[in-house]
Amino acid sequence: MVNREVVNCEQVWKEISNYVDGDVDAALRSTMEEHFRACKRCASVLAGTRNVVQLYGDERMLEVPTGFSRRLEKRLAKKAGGERWSSWSVWLVPVAAIALIVGGLKLTNTFSFRHPVRSILAAPVHGVPPDMQVVVSSGSKVFHVAGCPFIHDKASERTITAKQAMQDGYVPCSRCLRQYLKTSVTGHSGAEVADSAAAEEEEEQEELLSAAGQNAAGH
Amino acid sequence: MSEPGMVLNNPVQMGTRERDLISDVQRGQHELFYELVRPYERRVYAAALAILRNEHDAEDAAQEAMLKAFANIRQFRAEARFSTWLIQITVNEALMRRRRERTVPMEGIDNRVDEESGYAPRDFADWREIPSEALERKEVRQRLAEALATLDRKYREVFVLRDMEHLNIQETAEALGITAASVKTRLLRARLMLRDLLAAGWEQGWFSRLPFEKGTKPW
Repeated sequence: MVNREVVNCEQVWKEISNYVDGDVDAALRSTMEEHFRACKRCASVLAGTRNVVQLYGDERMLEVPTGFSRRLEKRLAKKAGGERWSSWSVWLVPVAAIALIVGGLKLTNTFSFRHPVRSILAAPVHGVPPDMQVVVSSGSKVFHVAGCPFIHDKASERTITAKQAMQDGYVPCSRCLRQYLKTSVTGHSGAEVADSAAAEEEEEQEELLSAAGQNAAGH
Repeated sequence: MSEPGMVLNNPVQMGTRERDLISDVQRGQHELFYELVRPYERRVYAAALAILRNEHDAEDAAQEAMLKAFANIRQFRAEARFSTWLIQITVNEALMRRRRERTVPMEGIDNRVDEESGYAPRDFADWREIPSEALERKEVRQRLAEALATLDRKYREVFVLRDMEHLNIQETAEALGITAASVKTRLLRARLMLRDLLAAGWEQGWFSRLPFEKGTKPW
């Protein structure tokens, strides 16, 4: 503890740094000031200490190597670019995943549900007993049950198994074998099925009329 | 939003400007970060140099510290001083490198007894005046830097952070992981040693010749 009334040189030196920083109490400050007035050596030490603080505390003492700023700016720009990518990348994976899922669903809807690009006749057939005897004929790729009024060109009809018919590219008649098609068009709207069936019916009616005309001409 | 390129001399305006910049960078305007740290790049470099004593290592550490500050800018809280936060990151980076690389020669063994003992000035040259233009001379700045470089690490680090970086006692203590009392003791010795080194030079016309060779101390 420094004597607040009288201080010697060593005590002054010990507190001189705090004195310069204003970090001594009023009593000690007063005592030290009195000492400085009387002691030329300590006054010189005080002045020198203040000069050191002033000189080194000057901004001009802080120098950086040539090109430091440019190199720093370059590194920061690179890092900032990386950070931007990085922050994007945080979202990129989940966004891409969602896009893939949504896109996948949309594609599934597009090709399987909303817009049937294939004819109802080309729709997958389900539940047709492979050994069932069906009738096929020339001029049509539709197979029927025997006696179906919509068999085209009855003169050329022949009986084969449903499995063989389908392997040969025949599809079930939408009239006599409709039950096997109904199960295969799940997802189609009723209107679409009806429209498709109506178109097919018109086509087959035309075929029947054409065949009847040919038969009549033959007689 | 901040207006880039604005030049402000008023400390209050500068403080407002800095807060705006910090806020902008935190919100994602990464390109403004360099503008934010540019006023401190010399202080950051000086802090790294005080610890690493090698210009190349100091530059790399200083720039790495600023990259880390950029990466962690969201963690900065307004109640802290940005400059202090930046310097502390730099000190941590430099100390970590010194521990990791162990390329900086160990020096100035931390001798608590030596630290506690008093320091007596060796030179009582009258050094009361400093020509204001002194620091304009590169030679003067260079010799001041050389004098600083001769100090043992523990004194140099405290002196740089306190008197050149203008951290307060507590901030300096926290940055270096030492007590406030140690900061005061080391600061006192650093100031007095520098005064001894420089006073003689001053008396002889500002270092017309250095009274000591680099790496050796007259005390």
